[in-house]
Amino acid sequence: MIQKVLDALVTGLAQGAMIALVALGYTMVFGVLKMINFAHSEVFMMAAYVGLFVIAAVGGQDNPIVAGVSGTIISMAFAAALGIAIERVAYRPLRARGKKSSLARLTPLVTALGMSVLLQNLAQLLFTARFRPYPRLFEQTRPVIFVVAVVVMIGLELLIKRTWFGKAMRALSANEEAARLMGVKTSRVIATTFAVGSSLAAVGAVLYCLDQSQAYPTMGTVIGTRAFVAAVLGGIGSIPGAMLGGLLLGVLGELVKLTDYSGGVDVLVFLVLIGVLLVRPAGLLGSSRAEKV
Amino acid sequence: MTMSSGPKPIPYVHILRRTAVASALAAIAALSLGATGCGKKSDDIMVGAYLSLSGQDSTFGTDTRDGIELAVEQTNAAGGVKGKKVKVLYEDDKSTPGEATNKVRQLIDRDKVVAVLGEVASSRSLAGGLIANSMHVPMITPSSTAVEVTKDREYVFRSCFTDAVQGEMAAKYVYEKMQKKSAALFYAAQDTYSSGLAQSFKDAFVKLGGKILIEKGFPKGETNFTTFLQELKGANADVIFAPVYYNEMVQIARQAKGVGIAGSAFVGGDGWDSANLLEGAAAELEGSHFTNHYAPDVPWENSQKFIKTFGARYGHEPNSLSAQGYDAASLLFDAMKRAPDVKPESIKIAIGETKNFAGATGTISMDKERNANKPIVVVEIKDKKFKYADQLVSGTP
Repeated sequence: MIQKVLDALVTGLAQGAMIALVALGYTMVFGVLKMINFAHSEVFMMAAYVGLFVIAAVGGQDNPIVAGVSGTIISMAFAAALGIAIERVAYRPLRARGKKSSLARLTPLVTALGMSVLLQNLAQLLFTARFRPYPRLFEQTRPVIFVVAVVVMIGLELLIKRTWFGKAMRALSANEEAARLMGVKTSRVIATTFAVGSSLAAVGAVLYCLDQSQAYPTMGTVIGTRAFVAAVLGGIGSIPGAMLGGLLLGVLGELVKLTDYSGGVDVLVFLVLIGVLLVRPAGLLGSSRAEKV
Repeated sequence: MTMSSGPKPIPYVHILRRTAVASALAAIAALSLGATGCGKKSDDIMVGAYLSLSGQDSTFGTDTRDGIELAVEQTNAAGGVKGKKVKVLYEDDKSTPGEATNKVRQLIDRDKVVAVLGEVASSRSLAGGLIANSMHVPMITPSSTAVEVTKDREYVFRSCFTDAVQGEMAAKYVYEKMQKKSAALFYAAQDTYSSGLAQSFKDAFVKLGGKILIEKGFPKGETNFTTFLQELKGANADVIFAPVYYNEMVQIARQAKGVGIAGSAFVGGDGWDSANLLEGAAAELEGSHFTNHYAPDVPWENSQKFIKTFGARYGHEPNSLSAQGYDAASLLFDAMKRAPDVKPESIKIAIGETKNFAGATGTISMDKERNANKPIVVVEIKDKKFKYADQLVSGTP
């Protein structure tokens, strides 16, 4: 029994690390723009396809390390470009025009949903609805996932705490108007935020597919929902919160699988979410001032 | 068998438009000749088909359509039905039950079809069947196996077996033929097909004297099966019955290998039947078995004839869905030939009277519950291919 629980914990941590990678994208964009980028899960899905194509092109199983690394890097670059493009096309024009409108918070949300539907259908058109399996590059992917996720998160933390860009991001998050007056090029910072968040989703996508999934057009909704919940659970806008939320969700999910109610993992996940939000409306690590990106 | 990219797609979208144009032209021609009557349309016997031609399950729809179209061509080449040609109007339900409802209504109301063929997924057949039944037009589903689809619906038939029969036969095969006395169950908890099939397997297996050691349901959209598989492995059952769809099975099989479960321990249902399963996890599933409607090397004369004709027409091997589409359509046309006229009411009676119809997926008789009584095939995954292993005949007449 103890062995079983330990196994589940290990699996849960790897799973949670992956959810956290995607959750970071939601939370970073929210921190800066106070909007929820629903298209994020579709960036994740598109990145999974790009990763698959690159891995296949590079040779797949014949040289796993080269294929895995180049697949991840190219799909990160692609996702960053896609993230910037989405922001440019669907969000920035609204920000410029809708500032004074009473619906300023709502319209980007609607375009984000629209973008999500558009990308999902586009993927279906381009790649068909077929499930495409990834080649099996490694025998054991879980340790790789965990190490990569931890490295990425430390890197992100350093980026935000130690660099000028991070400072600008935090300033923007605290007060956009004031940041602009202080000479921060807000549009550029926002675009970079999207690029960083999207490329993290790409890392998550490639690892996720290598470990346990196939690429298919609706795959974003599965992991996207969980990542979004993780971000809210940890406190949306907070980077350590997204990590904590992801890990909690992963471990919790795996432990439920050991019980007789294994089919209802999502029921429990959402119950926990509601429970936490009732006690701490801003999420576990969220607050109105500190820790915002 | 990735049939979405098959060589000869039939332009279904244009069929309706073309018909409309043709009948309009015919009407004009008739008028200009001073003839009375209402155009050429009445010459063809119209049958409707609603399928998932786009969306999530688009290959289900296109594969089935290939089979139906072959049956139409053969019937028309052999003189049609009562001297008239049959024509099938295809409608796309976009893989959603809501659209299935709309399309069946459209086919019956607008196009005045005398019978309806469709769907593959039980959820959509349930939705479409509700309309066909209330409008008193007979419907045949080629491949929906959920028991409820035909239940208490006088006008809804199916030309395949039900999950109740499939689960029972799978249990019988495992217990009697494979001589395995204990089993674990692994299924998609929120899916009617998967959990229903698991339940009927369980009932039959326990009745035979077997033991179910563990039952695990996984939530919708789950992709991480490791913890589940460790649990299943710990239970040490002789077989793991996993009646899930092929796309989930690819991941389950791959992760099972990581956990250390042999592929041959798995037994599945007809949801496994896809080339994608072989593409994704053939090596991992070597030696596993599943119940199905058909296998490419099944030793039935009619099946082999069908496989040859289909191959000549489309340039690739048919899968189950194509074979089932072909059977549903052929069975319908056969009933239409036997019926005194081609009114929906008479066709319905004739379908119900079907006895020993020689189909591509075996000999089919309609029972009183409007379900097909036919043999079930057991397929084994061997040398990375689907191989015929055995056939079972259900006891209920």
